[in-house]
Amino acid sequence: MNAKEIKQYFPILDQKVNGHPLVYLDSAATSQKPIQVIEALNKYYREDNSNVHRGVHTLGNRATDAYEGARDKVRKFINAKAREEIVFTRGTTTSLNTIAQSYGRANVKEGDEIVITYMEHHSNIIPWQQLAKETGAVLKYLPLQDNGSVLLDDARELITEKTKIVSIMMVSNVLGTINPIKEITKIAHEKGAIMIVDGAQTAPHMKIDVQDLDCDFLAFSGHKMCGPTGIGVMYGKKDLLDNMEPVEFGGEMIDFVGLYESTWKELPWKFEGGTPIIAGAIGLGAAIDFLEEIGLDEIEQHEHRLADYAMEQLSTIEGMTIYGPLAGEKRAGLVTFNVGDVHPHDVATVLDAEGIAVRAGHHCTQPLMKWLECSATARASFYLYNTEEDVDRLVQGLVQTKEYFSDVF
Amino acid sequence: MSFNNLDQLYRQVIMDHYKNPRNKGQLEDGTLTVDMNNPTCGDRIHLTLNVEDGKVSAAKFDGEGCSISMASASMMTQAVKGKDIETALKLSQVFSDMMQGNDYPDDLDLGDIEALQGVSKFPARIKCATLAWKAMEKGLSEDGK
Repeated sequence: MNAKEIKQYFPILDQKVNGHPLVYLDSAATSQKPIQVIEALNKYYREDNSNVHRGVHTLGNRATDAYEGARDKVRKFINAKAREEIVFTRGTTTSLNTIAQSYGRANVKEGDEIVITYMEHHSNIIPWQQLAKETGAVLKYLPLQDNGSVLLDDARELITEKTKIVSIMMVSNVLGTINPIKEITKIAHEKGAIMIVDGAQTAPHMKIDVQDLDCDFLAFSGHKMCGPTGIGVMYGKKDLLDNMEPVEFGGEMIDFVGLYESTWKELPWKFEGGTPIIAGAIGLGAAIDFLEEIGLDEIEQHEHRLADYAMEQLSTIEGMTIYGPLAGEKRAGLVTFNVGDVHPHDVATVLDAEGIAVRAGHHCTQPLMKWLECSATARASFYLYNTEEDVDRLVQGLVQTKEYFSDVF
Repeated sequence: MSFNNLDQLYRQVIMDHYKNPRNKGQLEDGTLTVDMNNPTCGDRIHLTLNVEDGKVSAAKFDGEGCSISMASASMMTQAVKGKDIETALKLSQVFSDMMQGNDYPDDLDLGDIEALQGVSKFPARIKCATLAWKAMEKGLSEDGK
């Protein structure tokens, strides 16, 4: 895989920011979009735009075919058994909230347990907090090791017969930890709990096989994987989805509407109330085509190489604190750090002056920040269009940051 | 490499307030307490104020955040001490205008605060600078009611 060639598909990356060529290291927040995705959206709005599933006219048929075609692409992308298992949502947050409000409310009772980890994103904490408050269930957190990993022995202890739901991120957006989802799924199932996977940081970067993982639900977002914002996926096993009630009611999701009673469409449409996110889904389909043409395994390897290189280079800077897996341990394509006493906002501002975009803050993981005993960190996250030169620019930028602040202090 | 632009943001006096914050801590007998945070980035401030006879007699802050937010908090506490509520609130308005790049009256002695003017050129950092001021405004407006 040649990242330099791939970079050329991303028009936005070909610009100067504050007088320097842009180095975009914030793909864990949102990825950039290749020309293939931009063109798919353009084509849809220029040629095919119409509402779906009301097919009498030609445009309506084209739009429906493209929208449902995107569903087939997603099914294949995560190796789901059936297309009915793929529900389009607004993103990971909506997917997780839908599962909590529909499956959660129907199946979790007072005294039951919900198990998550300390590293979760707010979107995989708060829906469960709310559900626990509503139902009287107990929310439990799997502890982390110093290198940011969870232990299967801890999972075996924490997940009990009372546990109804286990919901864990596959890849941490802060630590870069890759969690042993398949093993934890097995533990959850042995105790009779269902397993939900937050795949927001996984789907863009490595192959996901939901049948191999055997997870019950998977949530992810289009915008982190070269697709547009506003589109995401809720995968669920068919027998579970079949027994779940929709959480949004209205047009598009109904079968028969009476004055006092209505019935729902079959899967997956009963979960897609209102005019669906047609352009978003088509854009996501184009993003999947793009990623698959390059190859998810290739992308994963490229990012591991970049992460290893970044770890190696960053550790040469004195006073750096790097969080998550230790050098030599497997990590996803991101590095979260602090530079001595310099606040991460200040780090990000100095880097921005050099044309380098990184994230600074709590990364929507306040409980994790508390566990790390810091209020904020800076994060550089890599994707298929990043190169070793980008890492070099980051390292230079950080050296300059240190110098700059040692001068002004 | 030139950091000219950055030098507008990180003025010496700002860094001095960051490294040697004035009025850091909390007033044990504070009559007003305000906690405020910036949910998008994690900066937080715990502000205690004493108000006697319509005047801010003492102000202290605690918290964590970037150089801009902490320096601004330090300067704010310095600026409002001894001012009556009306003047303190007026200062807050002037500061807000300064951050947004609006014109502001020049009849007030802004002292060190003037150094924060450069922040207005860095839109992403404006909310860092205004956190402490918003906290002060909240505390004093509530007191005035």
